[in-house]
Amino acid sequence: MFADYSWTELGSIFAMQGFAGLILFSVFVLMALGLAIIFGQMGVINMAHGEFMILGAYVTYLCSNIVETYIPSLFGIYFFFAMALAFVAAGALGALVEWSLIRHLYKRPLDTLLATWGLSLILQQAYRSIFGAREVGVSLPNWLLGSVPLTDIIEIPINGIFVMVLTLVIAIGVYFILFRSRMGMQTRAVVQNRVMAGAVGINTEKVDRHTFALGCGIAGIAGSAFTMIGSTGPTAGQLYIVDTFLIVVFGGAASLLGTIASSFAISQAQSTMEFFLSGSMAKVLTLLTVVGILMLRPEGLFSLKIRR
Amino acid sequence: MLNVAQYHVAYGQSEVLHGLDFTVAPGEIIAIMGRNGMGKTTLMKSLMGIVPTSNGAAAVDGVDITTMKSYERVSKGIAYVPQGRMIFPTMTVQENIETGLTISGRSKVPGDIYDLFPVLLDMKGRRGGNLSGGQQQQLAIARALATNPKVLLLDEPTEGIQPSIIREMGRVLKRIRDERGLSIVVSEQVLSFALDVADRVLVLENGRLVHDEPRASVDEEKVSAFLSV
Repeated sequence: MFADYSWTELGSIFAMQGFAGLILFSVFVLMALGLAIIFGQMGVINMAHGEFMILGAYVTYLCSNIVETYIPSLFGIYFFFAMALAFVAAGALGALVEWSLIRHLYKRPLDTLLATWGLSLILQQAYRSIFGAREVGVSLPNWLLGSVPLTDIIEIPINGIFVMVLTLVIAIGVYFILFRSRMGMQTRAVVQNRVMAGAVGINTEKVDRHTFALGCGIAGIAGSAFTMIGSTGPTAGQLYIVDTFLIVVFGGAASLLGTIASSFAISQAQSTMEFFLSGSMAKVLTLLTVVGILMLRPEGLFSLKIRR
Repeated sequence: MLNVAQYHVAYGQSEVLHGLDFTVAPGEIIAIMGRNGMGKTTLMKSLMGIVPTSNGAAAVDGVDITTMKSYERVSKGIAYVPQGRMIFPTMTVQENIETGLTISGRSKVPGDIYDLFPVLLDMKGRRGGNLSGGQQQQLAIARALATNPKVLLLDEPTEGIQPSIIREMGRVLKRIRDERGLSIVVSEQVLSFALDVADRVLVLENGRLVHDEPRASVDEEKVSAFLSV
């Protein structure tokens, strides 16, 4: 399959597909970070995670339209407001869902799968009713358009770079919240032993709600970033949810570094193989590799070595 | 300091504790003895708010805690060292102790806790799950003390721990009591440890307190008769 290309062409293809993979990687990381908190830390199988992401995307879409129509002078920087709003909207919905649904199901993890799957169907139909079934796109400010030419054939899109920087900032932020802050310490304590966390004075219900809301809020930011590279439709979240679960499981459920490493591996593999093979073949190969590795390391790529 | 009155606890329809009455004075250590399945752990769990109380009342320092949630009880001055330690295995020793600081809002582990357990200071960067059983037990006590309690509950602290550490733990418990003046309730099956630390020995049999006597006058044979199968 490589025979039709010259060496320079091959080099460029790998570089550009690699870069496309990096953008995919960024969206995966943002989505997987939220899920690593909700699934990896809390053990809740949140099938509606993709819909929280799409909520963020629609919020960004609304923001872009409103700013473009009413305050065009601020159009250049609307994206930052949109991200903050997406975080708040998805986080608030997350808190509501935790309060009304998830908190009754902590002792029944498999039931959360059904409940959140139902929730995802409800949200999809709600998006369809409110925003219409057609996919929508946002208009980007000028400074995010265009690309940086590296060589004659290799060009790097600016919005891709923006998404990557954003991902880096958020990943570092999540690390500090989980491992360096009081809230993160309480979250980890509740996750490891809910009863005992209560018995050392942690308000477990409050911590659960905040943690779930944080995970959903990050999904909202992922949705915001997602608008830059794809169009937003009611069911777009579904396309990503399976990949995201795959990433979290492959990386080792409780490890942030593992989540990032496995998103990198999976997104790069897919993006490079998709160029040479068909999309479904690329997926088959990725899945087979992941299944193979998980058979050797059931706890995922990165797991903590402790006595249990 | 701790008042328990007409205390009934049930799992669903089956009642496990049938009306317990006892009080613990400030600075007093009491041992609750009894064989397996007599209700010791249930009593501890219900005092901590993990198992609901079906009837009766418990109060700490005059404040009724019967219907409070676990974390609210902690803020009223109860601390708990559960059976099997239950430390947070993937968190470091220091983080484990810091979880106990949530109620007080402090961020630094008070130095006197490391004074009591110097081994924890040496190991403060290690993960709790990698400590030995005896060290985990010390960690669980340190975590409970970090909440600055008035009443400390220990559920079978000697379980699975080697004899030399058990004697050391007896000394530490008495030292904690002397330094902080708190009341300690320890449930125990090992008579020698109970007689070593306790000021008063209570025996729990089939959900009722059948024996309550100060340490000085305890008839060892009589108590051990309750413990033998």
